[in-house]
Amino acid sequence: MATDTAPACIHVALRDGVRDLRGEQVACDAARFLGIDTGRVRTSRLYAVGRNLSRSDLERLGREGLADRILHEVTVGGRPESRGARTYVLVGRLPGVTDDEGMSAQATMADLLALPPGDGAQEVFSSEVYLFERDLPPETLARLAEELLGNPLIHHFEYGPVPDRIAYAPRVRLPPPAPPRFVDLEVSDAELERLSKERVLSLDLKEMHAIRDHFRNPEVRARLAALDRPGLPTDAELEIFAQTWSEHCKHKEFNALIEYHDEDTGQTTVVDSLFRTYIRGTTDPIAARLSASGQDWLVKVFTDNAGVVRVDSERLFVLKVETHNTPSALDPYGGAITGILGNNRDPLGTGRGGARCLFNTNVLCFGPPNYARPLLPGQLHPRRVLEGVRRGIEDGGNKSGIPTVHGAIVFDDRYAGKPLVYCGTGALLPSRVGGRNAWEKEARPGDAILMAGGRVGKDGIHGATFSSVEIDRNSPRSAVQVGSPITQKRLADFLEAACLAGFVRCTTDNGAGGLSSSVGELAPLAGGAEVHLDRVPLKYEGLAPWEIFVSESQERMTLVVDPVHLPAILEVARLHEVEVSDVGRFTDSGLLEVFHSGARVASLDLDFLHHGVPSKRMRATWRAPALTEPVLPPDLDWGHLLRRVLASPDVASREWVIRQYDHEVKGRTVVKPLMGPDGTAPQDAAVMRLGFDDWRGLAVSCGIVPRYGDIDPYAMSAAAFDEAVRQIVAVGGRLPDPDASGGTWWSACDNFCVPDSAWHPTENPDGDRKLGALVRMCRALKDVATAYGVPLTSGKDSMKNDFKEGGVRISVPPTVLYTVVSGIEDIRRTVTSEVKAEGDFVWVLGRTRDELGASILYRLLGELGANVPRVRTDEAVGLYRALASATTRGWVASCHDCSDGGLAVALAEATFGTGLGLDLDLGPVLDALGDAPHPVLSALFSESPSRFVATVAPEHQASFEASLGEHGRCVGRVTADPRLVVRARGAPVLDLDTLDLLSAWRTDPRGGEGA
Amino acid sequence: MIRALVLTGFGINCEEELAAAWRLAGAEPHLVHLNRLLAGQERIRDHHVVSLPGGFSFGDDLGAGRVLANRIRYRTLPSGGTLLDELSRFVQEGGYVLGICNGFQVLVQTGLLPNVGGGLEPEATLAPNASGRFEDRWIRCVATTPSPTPFLAGVSTLDLPVRHGEGRLVFRDDEVQTRVVERGLACLRYADSEGLETHVYPANPNGSALACAGMVDVSGHVFGLMPHPEAYLSAWNHPDWGRRIRLSGHAMEDGEGLALFRNLVRHLTGEVKP
Repeated sequence: MATDTAPACIHVALRDGVRDLRGEQVACDAARFLGIDTGRVRTSRLYAVGRNLSRSDLERLGREGLADRILHEVTVGGRPESRGARTYVLVGRLPGVTDDEGMSAQATMADLLALPPGDGAQEVFSSEVYLFERDLPPETLARLAEELLGNPLIHHFEYGPVPDRIAYAPRVRLPPPAPPRFVDLEVSDAELERLSKERVLSLDLKEMHAIRDHFRNPEVRARLAALDRPGLPTDAELEIFAQTWSEHCKHKEFNALIEYHDEDTGQTTVVDSLFRTYIRGTTDPIAARLSASGQDWLVKVFTDNAGVVRVDSERLFVLKVETHNTPSALDPYGGAITGILGNNRDPLGTGRGGARCLFNTNVLCFGPPNYARPLLPGQLHPRRVLEGVRRGIEDGGNKSGIPTVHGAIVFDDRYAGKPLVYCGTGALLPSRVGGRNAWEKEARPGDAILMAGGRVGKDGIHGATFSSVEIDRNSPRSAVQVGSPITQKRLADFLEAACLAGFVRCTTDNGAGGLSSSVGELAPLAGGAEVHLDRVPLKYEGLAPWEIFVSESQERMTLVVDPVHLPAILEVARLHEVEVSDVGRFTDSGLLEVFHSGARVASLDLDFLHHGVPSKRMRATWRAPALTEPVLPPDLDWGHLLRRVLASPDVASREWVIRQYDHEVKGRTVVKPLMGPDGTAPQDAAVMRLGFDDWRGLAVSCGIVPRYGDIDPYAMSAAAFDEAVRQIVAVGGRLPDPDASGGTWWSACDNFCVPDSAWHPTENPDGDRKLGALVRMCRALKDVATAYGVPLTSGKDSMKNDFKEGGVRISVPPTVLYTVVSGIEDIRRTVTSEVKAEGDFVWVLGRTRDELGASILYRLLGELGANVPRVRTDEAVGLYRALASATTRGWVASCHDCSDGGLAVALAEATFGTGLGLDLDLGPVLDALGDAPHPVLSALFSESPSRFVATVAPEHQASFEASLGEHGRCVGRVTADPRLVVRARGAPVLDLDTLDLLSAWRTDPRGGEGA
Repeated sequence: MIRALVLTGFGINCEEELAAAWRLAGAEPHLVHLNRLLAGQERIRDHHVVSLPGGFSFGDDLGAGRVLANRIRYRTLPSGGTLLDELSRFVQEGGYVLGICNGFQVLVQTGLLPNVGGGLEPEATLAPNASGRFEDRWIRCVATTPSPTPFLAGVSTLDLPVRHGEGRLVFRDDEVQTRVVERGLACLRYADSEGLETHVYPANPNGSALACAGMVDVSGHVFGLMPHPEAYLSAWNHPDWGRRIRLSGHAMEDGEGLALFRNLVRHLTGEVKP
């Protein structure tokens, strides 16, 4: 702030007579969700200007700069024209919260008034003002403010009767920070635990002991004594340990020694690290096979910010998926947008840098929108979470110019405490950057440490440690941030230019843990690092040195630069208007040393920092639940059930979100989420072309079915991986062939999200069973991925997905998402899911079994069942290979995978928007079902994996039959009559208008009958 | 070789595919960061056509395209004038300007479109969609024939994706609208499946006046549109490519959007008369 006087205020409101769409939406939502009659709502924006400007300059800024002269009217000072409004709510930002509108207004102010550039500090602040026709009492206005218009964690509210003057500008005022100090660890265990909790270190007693013992080590003491300091850690050092050793960064539970006891078999086995056993244990043998057969596409796995595979001699493909669950529970919009932007920085910070993001994916798990249980303090209604996250994805992807090409939404009551928000990003990286292999990371002693991008504030302090604890009412507010896609786009443009010019040795992002994490992880490459925190540009004064080091302020990258390139890189930064600061040097001291104004605030042994964390020992137990198949009424109406299944929240159309995500910016999306003549037919994997000069492409898919975990987490994990792979096969992908030459590249990312699985006798008495579920999920992953030959290249787990308040705990069901990407040799050979022409033959590929357990159908009937769908990889591999060669030969007119809801849903979806119908007899499917108790029901709704509905033009029918005959059966033809007609050995089963089915499927879960 | 300037920077994000469009159409695209123009390091007049891509310039924070338009209008260049002065002179000297989506919004905000008064005053704006939402969907457009601009020469209907939240054309007053109608400047309009101009959602995705999807100035040299021709360079961009390719016997490979770029290149190289 330039001055401390009251800021001048400019109100920009819609002219009388211009329709206020936002106001109408607010009035509608207030009535619908809160039962509040606001009357007419008028919206306007307030700009508070901190710089001293003349009245005429303010008027000019408002009218010519900030307002649209056709739509808006401007008032300087005072308030917007009230036009009969009685009450108002102002929604401003709390001090320090991202305000892109304010910053953009400031840019226009400088252009319009030809002001000299400022010092980068924010001088214009924006707020939203809502004027209500009704005379609403303060408590009603407060509800509107907090439950509809804003979030108290990031917003400042003012409300009441409309006053003469509405004005607000946030101001960061911080007390001077406490000076750096030493922390005494020579205290009781209880004291150590208290210290960990109070400082939000999230370190357990064993870890606190390890740190204490390190400082007792005579060698360490001697080194510290030479620095003239006691054998105790500084507060900054303790924070660095907490960040580096956080579950988020070190994955201690995935690396723990687990004793797994199977109560069904009585056997106990020891798993020495889930990661090494099942994740690396999947990829390493595949890598060895690939290498033996001369395939060199698996380039870099697990060791960088994202996994790297080779597309061709010029291009690499980079994949990363992360979750942003805790922040999204607190502030859904900010959590989601920060999650996406943060995940985008991972590919950008892979290897030497220079990647360009190609696509985003989003998979979301929410409580149902019609969730009716009382909300716990601090718990947001699932509907708000959904809308906030959706908006965050919209802005995060659209404003970054990255298409959101694929995703899924899963509803379950158990996600009502903590939603799961998975953000995925694929990127292309040139094989060579600056004359070197692009995937390699390197730092040399003497290299400069540059910080590029946004400034540092108190944002997100303890994000890394905080994400590893369950949420409660006292969760630190500073963990909430709002990302700025435009700031990041500038940073990404700069970074690509600087990296491709060869000015950058390597780069990594500042995500969780900030500089502490990025510099800490890069330092071992050179052998040490020293950082000078007083050279880090701050958003405002008042940060303690340790806060600067661990702050997670967004949109920042750390660059390793040979000092000879400093002038050149600063020139590129000036062009892109990206702030770049030289904050230190890499060394060969073996130490991570941190200074502030000359004083040494941390000096840590890198080896201990990275390898000193004690390994965890955990216990896991498994017993299969005792379940039986339900007894069903004999007179079920199949057609009615199909409509209900189509309309159920997990199956229904996602058009209400898909259309608001830009899924085709970059101009390369070939198979979009919705296709066909009128854009209603849902697709399986998304397909993108890589460039404009050849036909190479990729297919990307997601697999997630937490429902099955209620019967068996092994089956659930296997089915999820199969789902992701079969979606790619559906569009024309070819399984890898690790043992032959010339195979196609694949890259898979695993993201486990589980409830607290650390057993504790009182706090978490069934933690061992939760961990048992995780072990089974990991085993299934290894079994299925190995059978398919698909390597895992990166992943991220999230271990504490619980919401706890007042003795109530809402824990997510064990959940895993697999994001799988495969190379496509020629995108012109891919196929879409909707049927193409009358007379085509309809095939059901893969075997349908009596596997209704945990199906969508059973859920609708209030049953769980016992026969969970199980993956038979031997059957699947044969089918997938045969189908891929048929597709490549052009024999397949359409192909849709059978997933949620089973075969009947796949058949219905394949007709959507085509004006065509199907005439089928499921006799062959029933034959395979044998003596199942409800053969027709199983044929229609069983969710057996590894199945497809394909159509084949008559001229290819004979060839198709010859090569696919053993994997499926032809069940009928595509008809010109838009009806889904299904018979069972001649007996009528379904005869339904496909438009009616489409209309059922288009039920909006936010407003329909709901979950 | 036709030189096409493609503006980049500050949240513009469709520059890559726009450059590809020019290249596939036979022109030489030249990606230029806004700051290089503002610093006088690159000149508009070294090009035959200036194209403003889609995206979210400056986050569209004050309204779509507004901050970028303000910078073009107000920021003083080393030469003493503004970028708007240079663009205006460029057009008067025969140069072409194309704005797509955010670029169209910028052209309207700067007054380069429709500019029926000739004074570069804001005569129209692109307001939030009547649906209140950003939407990505494919729509059909019908073009005025004969075309008032070489970009649309020979084009009658065109399928293209729209991807915007603010595309509802609103005129300042009836007089502007009348003059736009009289001169046939609303040359690309949203159409129904029959190819007839429509005001009905979703075929008309935003509720634009005159069902206007694209507009040209009086000279025919400045053309802006909300839909994205650069996102339909290949037949496999279309959401119904599966059926279309089956029915056409796999003959087609180019997307319909490419025609706009080819048209201008042909026009500039003298292959066709305007």
